[in-house]
Amino acid sequence: MTILNTVTQHDLRRHITNEPHGRSTLNTMAEPPPSSTPSSPPPSASSPTSAAAEKPAKPVTGKRTWQDVVETGKRADMPADLWMRCPSCSGMLYRPTLEQNKFVCPECNHHFRITGTQRAHMLCDPGSFEPMWDNLLPNDPLNFVDLVPYKDRLAQESKKTGRPEAIVAGKGFIKGRGVVVACMDSSFRMGSMGSVVGEVITRAIELATDQDLPLIIVCASGGARMQESTMSLMQMAKTSSALAKFDDAGGLFISVLTDPTTGGVTASFAMLGDVIIAEPKALICFAGPRVIANTVRQELPEGFQRSEHLVEKGFIDRVASRQDLRSEISRVIDYAGK
Amino acid sequence: MPPHTPPTTPTSPNSAAPSPSNVHYELDFERPLTALEQQIAELENHDPTDGIDFTAEVRKLRQNHTRMLKKIYAGLNGANTVKVARHPGRPQGADYLRAFVKDFCELHGDRTFGDDRAILTGFGRIGPHKCMVIANNKGKDVRERLAANFGMPHPEGYRKALKKMKLAEKYGLPVVTLIDTPGAFPGIGAEERGQSEAIAVNLLEMSRLRVPIVAAVIGEGGSGGALGIGVADRFAMMQYAWYSVISPEACAGIVWKEANPTNNVAAAEALQLTAESNLKYGTIDHIIDEPLGGAHRNPSAASDSLEKWIIQTLRDLKRFKIDNLLKKRDERLRRQGSYIEVPV
Ligand SMILES: [Zn+2]
Repeated sequence: MTILNTVTQHDLRRHITNEPHGRSTLNTMAEPPPSSTPSSPPPSASSPTSAAAEKPAKPVTGKRTWQDVVETGKRADMPADLWMRCPSCSGMLYRPTLEQNKFVCPECNHHFRITGTQRAHMLCDPGSFEPMWDNLLPNDPLNFVDLVPYKDRLAQESKKTGRPEAIVAGKGFIKGRGVVVACMDSSFRMGSMGSVVGEVITRAIELATDQDLPLIIVCASGGARMQESTMSLMQMAKTSSALAKFDDAGGLFISVLTDPTTGGVTASFAMLGDVIIAEPKALICFAGPRVIANTVRQELPEGFQRSEHLVEKGFIDRVASRQDLRSEISRVIDYAGK
Repeated sequence: MPPHTPPTTPTSPNSAAPSPSNVHYELDFERPLTALEQQIAELENHDPTDGIDFTAEVRKLRQNHTRMLKKIYAGLNGANTVKVARHPGRPQGADYLRAFVKDFCELHGDRTFGDDRAILTGFGRIGPHKCMVIANNKGKDVRERLAANFGMPHPEGYRKALKKMKLAEKYGLPVVTLIDTPGAFPGIGAEERGQSEAIAVNLLEMSRLRVPIVAAVIGEGGSGGALGIGVADRFAMMQYAWYSVISPEACAGIVWKEANPTNNVAAAEALQLTAESNLKYGTIDHIIDEPLGGAHRNPSAASDSLEKWIIQTLRDLKRFKIDNLLKKRDERLRRQGSYIEVPV
């Protein structure tokens, strides 16, 4: 294992002060979630974006400003509800306990969906995650309007999550090993991949290539984002092409698939990991189960498109519980000699 | 060159005016033309022995027809473009293979699972260029359509394409792909055999394939299913093809909550899936002109247009050293997308 001098302890400490901590999730979840998807816990007012709020900058182009994104992220006064029901086993869960357990039901091992920010901090050694590329913002190139203008949808999502886009990426350490991590954020427009997500993933791959760091991408996505049309589609090719060069350079890419990993994300970088690890029972597919059921008009097999099913079919290497993810990843890094 | 001929009715290849192929399948937005076409047909079929000459009238009607056709096709919106792209008389991959790929030597199968008929692959010559041709296939009649799964490939189709591209790489042959798919097939077998893995691997491997790659959407460019054989040095669309992240119907079903004629039109518009829009946003490099009124009216002219572009483009690409070409291919992909970067 090597710690690269590019990520110094000094750099890391500098960033600790800006970090949101787990307590953010205490403020959320006013009522038990309606489905297996708990409404995404918005981060606290001290989200990583707030650091930039002190020095507002002018956007290069477009109409939205950095300020728009940052100011809407404040939701510190949410009514708290300390109890919630597990959608899988229906057990009542005490939120602080659940949170301590990395949002995994202690009774039935149900893995709740978590935000990209939570994931990045959970995966990296305490205080070591250094967020990058939060200065890339979506700009609605097509002026897309469906029932609601895309611009409004983006503003809504920013307000809800306190994030500029559906990805949280940067550098950090996992059990002392320097890594580049990119965590998709399913709380922001279902983690869909538009230009910004594609660009951040690509930059993360390029950083890992330049600095010969292991690359960890945690996938959680509904697929390519419709509102940027072919430009979203092209992110699949852009990220895959960057991965080809990373591969040529001998880089180690660990792809972590979480619920849900679908569509254009599965059909690009998600499935290109040197090692692919999935959380238990995550939905992992190209076409969603409903689309398939409508097409083939027959009942889908039990456990179809879930992690365990994909292991059985030979498309992912391991299923690992969230509790074990850090040790699973560091073990692979050690075997790869990175 | 054998022009594409629809199964039942021969077309007159050099006329943009009424041809039987578009009588049996009428596009709704072309309805104003139908009356004219009927008049022309009646006058042309008139018994010449009764001494009345309608030549002048017919010429005038044809001029009107052409004028109207120009007007309709100049303002073709997204939804109508999709209809033209799906016209059953529109030339398909197999038609172009017959039309301008000389000595096509089909190579079957992915050497692992089977031979997907939704993607045809093989050696062939286009103009002076020996190449590996990868072409989507939809099929013309019911039997062919079922065999080709309506142009929706399974994983073995993408894997077959990659196997043949690797073969091309080994022998320094450029790759030409003709894309015409509603999308990769969403089915149980497709999922279980790794549809997403197959497409993902193609994206990665095509980005570093050490021979020139030329791709053109000839009809439908449906999302990842199209991109799975669409990473290229030069990427073009035929004038009335569509290319997008999702079909308008599926998009309407998701964001408009219901796929119906009204929502589908809105989705097609919002997705900006036409060749013109894609060129504007830099997701394609070139638009290949189609004959007036679309490729289905004059398949041989469409075929000539496509052939010419491929020959010219291959000639251009062969001039590059392969490392430079790969660098340019990479740069082409690298600049895809649109976002705001705030100075930090
Ligand atoms: Zn439970």
